[in-house]
Amino acid sequence: MTARAAILDGIRRSLRRDRLAPAERNALARRLAQPSPVLVPERGQGEPAALVDRFAAMAVETQASLARVADPGDVPVAVARFLAEAGLPATVVVSPDLAGADWAGAGLEARAGAARPGDPVSVTPCFRAVAETGTMVVASAPGRPTTLHFLPDIHVVVVEASKVVGAYEDAWRDLRAAGEWPRTVTWITGPSRTADIEQTLLLGAHGPRRLHVVLVDGA
Amino acid sequence: MHPTSHAFKANADKALHDPGLQDALAKLKAGFRVKRAAAVARLPEFEALRDAGRAVKDHTLAHLDFYLEAFEAKVAETGGQVHWARDGDEARKAVLDICRRAGARTVTKGKSMVGEEIGLNPFLEANGIRPVETDLGEYIIQLRDEPPSHIVAPAIHLDRTHVAEAFLKAHRQRQAGRDLTEPRAMLDEAREEMRVHFHAADVGITGANMLIAETGSTVIVTNEGNGDLTQTLPRVHIVLATIEKVVPTLDDAAVLLRLLARSATGQELSVYTTFSTGPRRPGDLDGPDEFHVVILDNGRSNMLGGEFQDMLRCIRCAACINHCPVYGAVGGHAYGWVYPGPMGSVLTPALVGLAEARDLPNASTLCGRCEEVCPVRIPLPRMLRHWREREFERHLTPPRDRIGLKIWAFAARHPTLYRMGTRIAAWGLARLARGKGRFADLPLARAWTRTRDLPAPAGKTFVQQWTERRRS
Repeated sequence: MTARAAILDGIRRSLRRDRLAPAERNALARRLAQPSPVLVPERGQGEPAALVDRFAAMAVETQASLARVADPGDVPVAVARFLAEAGLPATVVVSPDLAGADWAGAGLEARAGAARPGDPVSVTPCFRAVAETGTMVVASAPGRPTTLHFLPDIHVVVVEASKVVGAYEDAWRDLRAAGEWPRTVTWITGPSRTADIEQTLLLGAHGPRRLHVVLVDGA
Repeated sequence: MHPTSHAFKANADKALHDPGLQDALAKLKAGFRVKRAAAVARLPEFEALRDAGRAVKDHTLAHLDFYLEAFEAKVAETGGQVHWARDGDEARKAVLDICRRAGARTVTKGKSMVGEEIGLNPFLEANGIRPVETDLGEYIIQLRDEPPSHIVAPAIHLDRTHVAEAFLKAHRQRQAGRDLTEPRAMLDEAREEMRVHFHAADVGITGANMLIAETGSTVIVTNEGNGDLTQTLPRVHIVLATIEKVVPTLDDAAVLLRLLARSATGQELSVYTTFSTGPRRPGDLDGPDEFHVVILDNGRSNMLGGEFQDMLRCIRCAACINHCPVYGAVGGHAYGWVYPGPMGSVLTPALVGLAEARDLPNASTLCGRCEEVCPVRIPLPRMLRHWREREFERHLTPPRDRIGLKIWAFAARHPTLYRMGTRIAAWGLARLARGKGRFADLPLARAWTRTRDLPAPAGKTFVQQWTERRRS
């Protein structure tokens, strides 16, 4: 008997039943095929403008920094300003999906691609941003490599206001509708941290030391 | 991991006399409990979410075979592979086979209690493969060659001097006299050291907080980002999970994720929650070429359908541990296996056997705080009592305790005798205490008086006092 059969048989034996009848299996398959939210807190609901403000407030609470700009064209300048204020070199690695922005025009040296060891700053888009907890939902694709979210010391996320939703379930709904399910989906809530030494909270564990959000109100 | 739960009493005694450990435990109580309470107070729907979380897990457990098969089919559909393992032996072998095929010499590991459960690190080492723990706490205890003392904060029993000592010994290529007094300096050093391992590893092994049947995704929840680097950079990603980790849909997962971090660390959400689905796809610039999920049973399927099924709802938040007065007094190592505190005292006897772990269900005051804070409302005290009953039925209880219990049970069934006995005892003990109100030493009660005074009775039983007051 294979381990698989033994485990599944063991489960059924403990539950004192056979393999489920076709009707029951179909009902469960329908539950999987048509998922629906179970319980969405009030905090994850509201009018779009209120949700954008809530997202911004919650993101700052998670110790991300945040700048708001009016127009997508303002993003490279906002990133350049953030780097200058932080005393960092004007070098970024961006998701290929963002390669079309005018980085050079803002005085930034930009490379598009996956992160390499030593890359100081990454700039990525996000699929949705969740107001409930100030969380950004990033999804991988050829134009959005995963390493950009974790390897560089500083991660800058461009959040278009139209992408802000109330709750995680809203992001799931939109992601399911967007087509093939991505290889990785990450909810990012603040910069990396640890409290493993004497429960002292320190930012910048193995992932980015800083998380900066550029919120684009007019997009 | 080889259990030493049978030595609980000796271990606990040692722990109670370890001032360093007592400091660490005091800090834990002040930290986690306060933060959890604040996070819960901020979310009005928290109690309703607990009910919803319980319902999601109960539904899944009742149809566990279906959801595991559905999960497996989705993993296969997205290019990954599921490996089933009845026990630790089969799980270790599955991991080793994958590592060997990949020609692996170094593997990085995210924090996985299942990895601890099956003793994966010593096994890999014995087979010529070097495992490197990447979670800071796990890395520290790996350097010190000791097991975790807490399922969320594995190095909670240590202070900064222990960490500095371990780093000075392990990172020999660094300057010997460097300043490692501040946690910041230690973290920065660990971050630099770990970067080398992240890039060099051939295989990355992570645990799973959940498995999603809807999409075939595995879920990890971390604050450090180490788990993501572990599963993204090497060519092969292996996920270690157990059968009860599966949930039906992403929406079901959202319910449990709202409960998990709040109950664990008091965060609204942990920093990174990542859903991984299959290996690298055409055109992807990063990600592993292979995606394997090892699904381990190791005794869990036996818990279904019986008095311990509810334990399989556990989402490993450690709230019960953080709120347990016994854990708070003796720490995690005393429990002698991977899972300490109330959840461990229920789970360990089920997984390693009651003969080994019979002391654990007794190491509880049944105060009920664990159940009060459990995000999925596991009736932990009730299950501790079930283990005590089984212990008695199987004659695992020592003869002296059995005789004592039998005498008590006989008296309890004969109220007149019981009342007379307690009257004599209350009167006699009060006389013996000679007005001091307490005993520093009392024959037959030395297990108590060895470590603390025993309060003397008031001279009259409750029933006597009650009757007198009613009359007056």
